[in-house]
Amino acid sequence: MSLLEIRSLSIRYADAVVVDDLTLSVDEGESVGLVGESGSGKSQTALAVLGLLPRQARIDGSIRFDGTELVGAATDTLNQLRAQRIGIVFQDPMQALNPYLRIGRQMREILVQHKLAHGNDVDARVVEMLARVGLPDAERQFRSYPHQLSGGMRQRVMLASALIAEPDLLIADEPTTALDVTVQAQILDMLEELRDNTALLLITHDLGIVAGRCERMLVLEKGRLVDAGATTSLFASPGHEHTRLLLDTAPRIDRADIPPPATGVTILGIDSASVSYAERGKERLQAVQDVSLSLRTGETIAVVGESGSGKSSFVRALLGLVPMQSGRVVYAGAPLEGPVERRAKAQRRDLQLVFQDPVSALNPQMRVHSIIGESLLVHEPLLSGGARLTRVIESLEQVGLDAGYLRRFPHELSGGQAQRVAIARALILGPKVLICDEAVAALDGSVREQVLLLLRKAQADTGLAIIFISHDLAVVRAISHRVLVMYLGRLVEIADNATLFSSPRHPYTRALIDAVPVPDPVAPLNKAPLLGEVPSPLSPPTGCVFHPRCDYAIDVCAVKLPATRDIKGSRVACHRADEIELAR
Amino acid sequence: MSLLRNRAISVSGAIIVATAACAVVGPWISPNDYISTDFDRLLLAPTTAGAHLFGTDDLGRDLFVRTMLGIRVTLLVAIVASFVSLIIGVAYGAIAGFVGGRVDAAMMRFVDTLYALPFIFFVILLMVAFERNFLLIFVAIGAVNWLDMARIVRGQTLSLKEREFVAAARLTGVSTGRIIFRHIAPNLIGIVVVYMTLTIPQAILVESFLSFLGLGVQEPRTSLGALVDAGVNLMEGASWTLLIPAGLLAVLLMCFNFLGDGLRDFFDARHTT
Repeated sequence: MSLLEIRSLSIRYADAVVVDDLTLSVDEGESVGLVGESGSGKSQTALAVLGLLPRQARIDGSIRFDGTELVGAATDTLNQLRAQRIGIVFQDPMQALNPYLRIGRQMREILVQHKLAHGNDVDARVVEMLARVGLPDAERQFRSYPHQLSGGMRQRVMLASALIAEPDLLIADEPTTALDVTVQAQILDMLEELRDNTALLLITHDLGIVAGRCERMLVLEKGRLVDAGATTSLFASPGHEHTRLLLDTAPRIDRADIPPPATGVTILGIDSASVSYAERGKERLQAVQDVSLSLRTGETIAVVGESGSGKSSFVRALLGLVPMQSGRVVYAGAPLEGPVERRAKAQRRDLQLVFQDPVSALNPQMRVHSIIGESLLVHEPLLSGGARLTRVIESLEQVGLDAGYLRRFPHELSGGQAQRVAIARALILGPKVLICDEAVAALDGSVREQVLLLLRKAQADTGLAIIFISHDLAVVRAISHRVLVMYLGRLVEIADNATLFSSPRHPYTRALIDAVPVPDPVAPLNKAPLLGEVPSPLSPPTGCVFHPRCDYAIDVCAVKLPATRDIKGSRVACHRADEIELAR
Repeated sequence: MSLLRNRAISVSGAIIVATAACAVVGPWISPNDYISTDFDRLLLAPTTAGAHLFGTDDLGRDLFVRTMLGIRVTLLVAIVASFVSLIIGVAYGAIAGFVGGRVDAAMMRFVDTLYALPFIFFVILLMVAFERNFLLIFVAIGAVNWLDMARIVRGQTLSLKEREFVAAARLTGVSTGRIIFRHIAPNLIGIVVVYMTLTIPQAILVESFLSFLGLGVQEPRTSLGALVDAGVNLMEGASWTLLIPAGLLAVLLMCFNFLGDGLRDFFDARHTT
């Protein structure tokens, strides 16, 4: 008998079926990946196992955990199982932790509630567990509040809470989706190391995570189980076309058709840009320091780095959305300065931005046609209503939507459609430079492919230059001509795509590349991830800002800021760039 | 319309509309008027004889017509005062929130200063300065209500202006005025409408309170609050003089509150689905 047996499970809301006749099982000690795009019902399944579905949900079928039926079970029965025998890690640790309770207090509850420890043992076990998940100074973290920890640390606390009672089954629902790749690698390694005999049900959209870490995988599509089997065999020969689609659209950092170098003329130059924000009046947060970049027509430059690296601040400053502390931006031979409101109309027209979250980037009270058409109203006020509508329809068609979408509100669009509307809005004025701030991060694999294709097509048609901010190096690998790596607001390395990925010069670049999971079960797992996390930009390390996390750091790194040098086609800021060998 | 499918909205809306319609039409149809006294018919209990549906008061005046007039005055005060507070509050709050910085600080400190004025003291001062006047009630209520509205709108604007669609509009070159009125204001409508339906009962209460204290509508004119005041003195022996206006007041207040709650649910749901 399996540890967890789900038979013919269906979950319905009013008129929607979110999980349809799902049957799956997890054996003791096994690791199973549950894979699917958003809306495939994978999280609903997890919530059903835990008995956490909202009241309106109608559940049919059977969920048995170690012989106990969970569908319709009494709260007492469920409480006995939850935390004690079934652990859970959610995507967003900030939502899952109570902000008003100290970490130690929240974790004690589990032990006390289930009478797993008594008296002084309780605190000792909590501290021990916190130390095991790699929290530095566990004694102190025991007394911390959740907001005092970074995202990665919080997720470690969640993992500690989930594992402290030594459950038989751990359900991890997109446990690393909200984290940087480097931290993701740390957390996943930790998970692997700590779970011992605990069975794992890992829910994710990322095949790269499943590939290296799950023995079996299950593929969900629109609430139905379409494919199941050993991970290696499914990757080698998918049993269903949806699995094949997921595999085909999963970007691979190790194999990609790299676009040929761009040959256009320089259109945008940024010289030593710095951005800082006043923080509570006393100290200044240096978000970007001395970053230079030049962009050609028809070229895509990717800007990568962990969160807090200043990527977004950098592009927002060049657009004039936040003030630039120092530095110069030259666009088509003329300086771009001041806030966006004071810039010349033509300049505003030529530089457009696509945001990460299309839902918040589209005004919820406006219909699609006025969202897209508004910029025409501003820049071509003489256009008649009919002509404007024609242009709006053209631009909708350009992004693969049709006139049927004109009268919709943003909440009537899916994520991918909304992002296409946002791109149509950016492209309708025929900009010369398009800045994409994590524009595909929130999209499912297949939709992301379409959007990237769309951007490439616009580039081929009009010689559009693109600055593509992303934390996903696999996507960057596939679409960019050049890559700029940033860390704590500083330029770390910039090189063309082929050079950067095949022979990175900076240890940080190497670490970022290594942290990207490869959707291939036979590819070797990188077992030495970058340790630690990005320090606070309020008190950056002395010397080279990366030195505390760098395997190659020597004495000089801690005291002297490395100058930016050109080495064999790369611009890199590292004291040892010419002596260490990072190519593989 | 999906708005009417919400039961709280449709039922309370229907009651409010029906009451208002009665208040407008009732006095025309009734053979009685609000001012004539009939000393043969003092404190008559509700009866169909002579069409005294709600009875008469201690001066023999027909209470049905007086109550309907009271409702008119009460609703008028409430709606006008809320509307005034809406216009001033939204414009003031949206500008303070969007412009931000020192302008915002100065504008909001002014609001704080007005908050600090004791309301009753303020009304009495007005009465003393300008003599008793029907219009003063509007001024008094409006002057207090818009402060809350301005604060709420400012808070919403502060969070709305950080939203990315505002950044997108700035990048495209949309003017500040257009951003405020086309991008920010429509997104405020939900909360503003809800808040307005909740300030109406507030205004009704304040008006009734002022009239009850004798600071509001003056005889022979009347309002629900003034009728309740008169009824309190007569309730021993003529309970209908209190129960009818007090009951209507309670029903109206509840309906407006339910309407506000219903609208809030409606606007919430529209953006979460």
